[in-house]
Amino acid sequence: MKRFINQRPPRAVGYLLGLLPFVLLLLVYMAVSAARLAENPNDPLLPSLATLFDTFWRLATEPSRRTGELVLWVDTAASLTRLGLGVGISMAMGLVVGILAGLIPYAGRTLSPLITAVAMIPPLAVLPILFITFGVGELAKVVLIVFGIAPFILRDVQQRVSELPTEQLIKAQTLGASSWLIILRVVLPQVFPRLLDATRLALGAAWLFLIASEAIASTEGLGYRIFLVRRFMDMATILPYVVWITLLAFLADLLLRTTNRLLFPWYGGRRG
Amino acid sequence: MATVTLKNVWKTYGRDIVLERVNLHVKSGEFVTIVGASGCGKTTFLRMLLGEETPSRGELLMDGVPMPAEPGPDRGVVFQKYSVFPHLNALHNVLVAEEFGRAPLIGHLFGAARRAARAKAVDMLEAVGLGHALKKYPHELSGGMQQRLAIAQALMKDPRILLLDEPFGALDPGIRRDMHALILDLWQRRGLTIFMVTHDLKEGFYLGTRLLVFDKVRHDPQAPNAYGANITYDIPVGRVEPELLDEIRDQTGLPLGVEANPGV
Repeated sequence: MKRFINQRPPRAVGYLLGLLPFVLLLLVYMAVSAARLAENPNDPLLPSLATLFDTFWRLATEPSRRTGELVLWVDTAASLTRLGLGVGISMAMGLVVGILAGLIPYAGRTLSPLITAVAMIPPLAVLPILFITFGVGELAKVVLIVFGIAPFILRDVQQRVSELPTEQLIKAQTLGASSWLIILRVVLPQVFPRLLDATRLALGAAWLFLIASEAIASTEGLGYRIFLVRRFMDMATILPYVVWITLLAFLADLLLRTTNRLLFPWYGGRRG
Repeated sequence: MATVTLKNVWKTYGRDIVLERVNLHVKSGEFVTIVGASGCGKTTFLRMLLGEETPSRGELLMDGVPMPAEPGPDRGVVFQKYSVFPHLNALHNVLVAEEFGRAPLIGHLFGAARRAARAKAVDMLEAVGLGHALKKYPHELSGGMQQRLAIAQALMKDPRILLLDEPFGALDPGIRRDMHALILDLWQRRGLTIFMVTHDLKEGFYLGTRLLVFDKVRHDPQAPNAYGANITYDIPVGRVEPELLDEIRDQTGLPLGVEANPGV
């Protein structure tokens, strides 16, 4: 028999194997839930799949009795706006400052120590400062996301810029390029796919900071909702929301990955 | 197209002396090949010509005036690798040279200017034998084709001096012979002044009109970096006796190229 490290599942089997843990988890949940519900039909902790789906459907399609809004979509729109603003601003900052610090020695010497110091500050520790400074509105939440992920993205971009082979920069100079044109035509296009990669990795942290700030002070948003209904142990709302957030995070990741593949066909090949 | 003069040039890094008292005069149109053991300063010498390094002492003149202290379009270069831009296809790799020069703000040309630049780029790619691979990205090209692309790129600016840093070092013997033919052809037709660093003594003799050997004249075994290298042989190629080849090989410890080039 072949060694385990040499045994590869066929394609179809591979997919099935990947699916297996999900199915198992679902089955375990259903069994435990059914057992608890058999004892007490009003048990709120592990609602049946039908209840979960009904609740999700109600939140998505029926206007709330209190506000007349479609709760799920209001929450989603609010959260995605904050996330989009925070991530977008972080990307812009990361790109501009990262390229400058990575390419221009004077800028690098000036900015690098500051960037390193700021990146060390735990973002949640400054959340109170942000709330005091910017109020409990949207601004503080966006700033928290920026504070949390911009240093990471920025350092990644800076690292990538300083890893560009010197030969390329020399070559560009012998072709008559100014510093500006080197940034525009040589550096920017080559770090852009890396920026998208860094953003993908930072998205998890961005969600964390979003939900944390929504949990503390907000009037709508996905994080706000799950922390609000926690008081009533309303698992029928929390569980579908968590699945929904996971789905949104997955789609955001997929979007960035696909953009990278479509816009920068040379990026994958360069590594091979 | 350009003469190069070095007057008593030294290059030191702190207390380490890499080159000492280098004197040289190279006439326009010469094909200078440079050989030497590793760490003998031949790459440092090339980088000084490029403007990436400046001499610690002495004068480095091009056409009688001091060489600019940073790389510029008067000196083209081809490195052993990383010479081309991985994010641009072959055509754009060459076209970008025109765009650098003629669109200083946005780095892109449009309309008639772009069509003219494109035609020039296509001509250049055809001249190096890449007319069939305009749309290919560097990672889709073989090593030899990547070097052809790098040469085409370097020639777009009509440089007065072309610097080659072991450009064929990573190529297979057969491909190398094709590249030799290409570079000799371009050198003759365009009247370039070429400086080429190589590891391969036979290649140095075969391609160059003049061969420079860099080596340390004085040695202090207790302080290997106390003395710098100098030009120990300066040979007008043409008169090559086998004994001389052996002598240089003994002195520098360089391998004689495995693939025998015709004409040596």
